[in-house]
Amino acid sequence: MQSTDKNVTQSITQVIAASSLGTLIEWYDFYIFGSLAVIIGQQLFPSDAGASALINTLAIFAAGFIVRPFGALVFGRLGDLIGRKYTFLLTLVLMGGSTFLIGLIPSYSSIGYAAPILVLILRLVQGLALGGEYGGAATYVAEHAPVGRRGFFTSWIQTTATLGLFLSLGVIVLTKNMLGAEAFADWGWRIPFLVSILLVGVSIYIRMKMHESPVFTKLKAEGKVSTNPLKESFQKKANFKMVLLALFGATMGQGVIWYTGQFYAQSFLENTCKLDFNESRYVLLWAILFATPFFVVFGSWSDKVGRKWIMLTGMLLGVICYRPIYQYFIDATNVKEFQKTELKSASDPVVERTLLNDTKDSLITTTVFKTLNNGMTFKEAKVVIIPDDVLAPLPEPQTVIKDVTLSGSSYIIIIALVFFQVLLVTMVYGPIAAFLVELFPTKIRYTSMSLPYHIGNGVFGGLVPFIATLVASFSGSTPLSGLWYPIGIAALSFVIGAVYINNKGDENVAD
Amino acid sequence: MNALKKYLGVVWMLLGPIIIMFLFMQAIEKIGLAAEGIARTNTTLQWSIIILIFIPICAGLVIFGYYGWKGEYEKLPGSSADL
Repeated sequence: MQSTDKNVTQSITQVIAASSLGTLIEWYDFYIFGSLAVIIGQQLFPSDAGASALINTLAIFAAGFIVRPFGALVFGRLGDLIGRKYTFLLTLVLMGGSTFLIGLIPSYSSIGYAAPILVLILRLVQGLALGGEYGGAATYVAEHAPVGRRGFFTSWIQTTATLGLFLSLGVIVLTKNMLGAEAFADWGWRIPFLVSILLVGVSIYIRMKMHESPVFTKLKAEGKVSTNPLKESFQKKANFKMVLLALFGATMGQGVIWYTGQFYAQSFLENTCKLDFNESRYVLLWAILFATPFFVVFGSWSDKVGRKWIMLTGMLLGVICYRPIYQYFIDATNVKEFQKTELKSASDPVVERTLLNDTKDSLITTTVFKTLNNGMTFKEAKVVIIPDDVLAPLPEPQTVIKDVTLSGSSYIIIIALVFFQVLLVTMVYGPIAAFLVELFPTKIRYTSMSLPYHIGNGVFGGLVPFIATLVASFSGSTPLSGLWYPIGIAALSFVIGAVYINNKGDENVAD
Repeated sequence: MNALKKYLGVVWMLLGPIIIMFLFMQAIEKIGLAAEGIARTNTTLQWSIIILIFIPICAGLVIFGYYGWKGEYEKLPGSSADL
């Protein structure tokens, strides 16, 4: 008996390793474009705004969240028709191939507009592939996992999105440090793209050796495979109402908690709090490093106490805690206020004068590097435009704060607060694969679970930066106003989930 | 709880069109505020995509509310055989 248990565990370990590695690489591939968007923009797009700005917007905006639900439909259908293994093998090849090719695209100076158009096409392929990958991997693992441990085993898949982000940040920082900023911006940015082909090759090799899901194999042998999974998923009321429940009661809230904790936090620290580029990334790296094991903790715990309340508690804590957390970020980095009492030293001013484009006006920037008694440092730049017309009145100088670095205590507190946000991500995300898998029958599972997942994660979550920025632009808004979007969506999802979802799911996924 | 599911269904049915109307109003305002040229084209493109994506989602919310109102969620399936 012990020997049989050991064999099962070994087999599932291989299944998890094969699925997780591939999914991790897909996320890595997806993230490096976002992280390197500025450099790619300089290399592959013309410097003047024009048609390329539109293509650039589409490449980043569209593939980031719009295409994923379509990938979920296309590959979900394939997965329910021909099987999980071959479908998510295909998504891996498409994702890895397009990432590698982005690394090979000649610059705009060599091939002109063909460069941004090729980028857009490859980004769309990436988005489609990502839309198909997750459902396949989660379904594949869940259909191998024993009853009562499905949350634990699928939670390994859940770690991959976060680890993919971690890996992408790590590879970029490492490559940049090894090559130097100039060489990295010139050609070194291609390395993270090209390296991914090795990882994809290994992953394809491992996946090729895996067998089809036993549950799907049985279904196929019995001739019970769905002939039209899309129709059965979305036209059959009994199933469609569960798709809607999964979307509004779980994945919608999960998506906004996910993006707020892992992306908005870092962008808020960098753009609103003016934290130094590296510092804001190190904060996120530390937080992710400490929080990642909790995906497995909460996934495993959900096997014992049910999935529903763990996910909903994560959403509720987000609703309650986001505003105080972000208020602390603002207070802890308010160097303008600190320097009134805490200023320790200031460097000699560095003055730069530049001519403004298309006019004869000039821009004078006076930069001072300051250190505070509490250990924080920052750059203060006074910017003034000197009009060419000597009789014109001089405009008031603008003071710009940048490159803030934190002191020991506030650095640790901010890491702890970002860690807490990623912990909420692990609460909502750790159990959700098992929750979705248990909601739908085998023959249409891949299709049925992929669409709500990618609308929740890709659309609701992916829109966090855009809508948060939009809300912050309303008259009378404050830097915290953007948080009303994730708070509102998470609160809505919490209410729907609390009222409509059962805590006890269907344990049998073989039907 | 079933009564709550039912009455909240009305809220979801109303919320769908309200969100779409809000998005349309915001789109008109923000496109109007954008500078002429590529910035306005980009803003129009982004808002068009958002509205196109949210129309089916809000329609889904209305259908979800309707199902709630009709008592479809009073008893959830215990197994896949019930689907």
